[in-house]
Amino acid sequence: MGSEKTKASEEQMAYAKVLNFGMWLGLAVLIVTFFVYLSGIMPTFVKIDDLPKYWTMRVHDYNVALNAPTGWGWATFVGKGDYLNFVGIAMLSGLTILCYLVILPILIKKKDTAYVVIAIAEVLVLSLAASGLLKVGGH
Amino acid sequence: MTQRYTLLLIITLAIAVLMTGGMVYASSAPVAPAAQGQADPHATAPVVTEDPRSTAPWWVWPLALFIVTFILGILAVLGGVGGGVLFVPIVGGFFPFNIDFVRGAGLLVALAGALAAGPGLLKRNLASIRLALPVALIASAAAIVGAMIGLALKPNVVNILLGATILFIVAIMATAKKSDFPIVPKPDNLSQSLGIMGIYREESIGKDVEWTVHKTPMGLALFVVIGIMAGMFGLGAGWANVPVLNLLMGAPLKISVATSKFLLSITDTSAAWVYLNQGAVLPMIVVPSLVGIMLGSMIGVKILAKSKPKAIKWMVIGLLLFAGLRSLLKGLEIWK
Repeated sequence: MGSEKTKASEEQMAYAKVLNFGMWLGLAVLIVTFFVYLSGIMPTFVKIDDLPKYWTMRVHDYNVALNAPTGWGWATFVGKGDYLNFVGIAMLSGLTILCYLVILPILIKKKDTAYVVIAIAEVLVLSLAASGLLKVGGH
Repeated sequence: MTQRYTLLLIITLAIAVLMTGGMVYASSAPVAPAAQGQADPHATAPVVTEDPRSTAPWWVWPLALFIVTFILGILAVLGGVGGGVLFVPIVGGFFPFNIDFVRGAGLLVALAGALAAGPGLLKRNLASIRLALPVALIASAAAIVGAMIGLALKPNVVNILLGATILFIVAIMATAKKSDFPIVPKPDNLSQSLGIMGIYREESIGKDVEWTVHKTPMGLALFVVIGIMAGMFGLGAGWANVPVLNLLMGAPLKISVATSKFLLSITDTSAAWVYLNQGAVLPMIVVPSLVGIMLGSMIGVKILAKSKPKAIKWMVIGLLLFAGLRSLLKGLEIWK
């Protein structure tokens, strides 16, 4: 058995708890929405039968060809079966930001200044990535 | 134990049947008309690549993807590698999907694996948040840059670089040594000021093991390169994280492996957002891959106890060698 010394810190346990819950929730949403997509009960942005014509394309060409949304534009299309799947994907991708926000008050309470700064910086980096402000040039 | 194993097999089988049934059903069911949001996709038909493999019905590929990733999930666990490193070169090399979508899926596959493993590793104090957070900040920022570079490069350039990277990984896997408990004569100033140290229970020797790290600045510098490569190729970067944490910085092997896995959940998040925001994520590729590799990993863990790790390791190295060469030759347009 591990001693008290080998136990994980308070912030580590808090991070693990949120990560565990969020991961299962995100995964469940992803699988359910995928079956909704396959069932055809919702309209789709791209017809499933047409997918093989488009998945061979570069993403830039795909976006131009279909006038597909970029950035957070997908959020306006969650009524389409294919973009509905993005809810679960975004949940999984956004989970880490949430975990950092949860441990931040614990680090502040402990006056762990260096890790407070690191955690804030990480939230900013991940939020920038998630914001959709970063654009990749065309080809 | 046997009951749990049986239950897992039943769940796996049920999901496999559901996936297969769903795809076959969707292939025959009339799909609701595409009330496309912004434009008629077929009106502005662009360059449609005529890949002979694309002539197969659409559902063949997601189904094949599910089966292949299920096998990759088993092999990844037995070979001690992350799913992403096998996924990108193999799916990129042998499936009709564009490498942009494969990398987007690869990142999400690696991310899901890391998210799934993270809680257990953190709770058991094997993954260290004090070690991971500074490293993750560097690696995740670099991964954004890598993802942007990767999406801007031409596919054949990506394939050449990916092939070369995979062959480099093969060389690392075949030759790199690992150290269970590296000797750290003196922690460096940076690791001391950040308090990067810990203590964990090493069950194999029945002792509590104290650890610290050294050469932190050099390690952080290497994580810039690792982050860029992870973002550029959509690979999980466990193959590089572990040697840097273990051999260079001197963290015990178990701490290195666990922290590396947890680290991927942060690094891959930043790159995954870039791919997601650029539209390089197709649910039809992502979901079967993700489910396949996770179920395969669960089975792999069960088989691990009875397998011969060395033989499997060489099998994985052989598979990577083949996939790396395929990627390289595809990029050079020698083997299209």
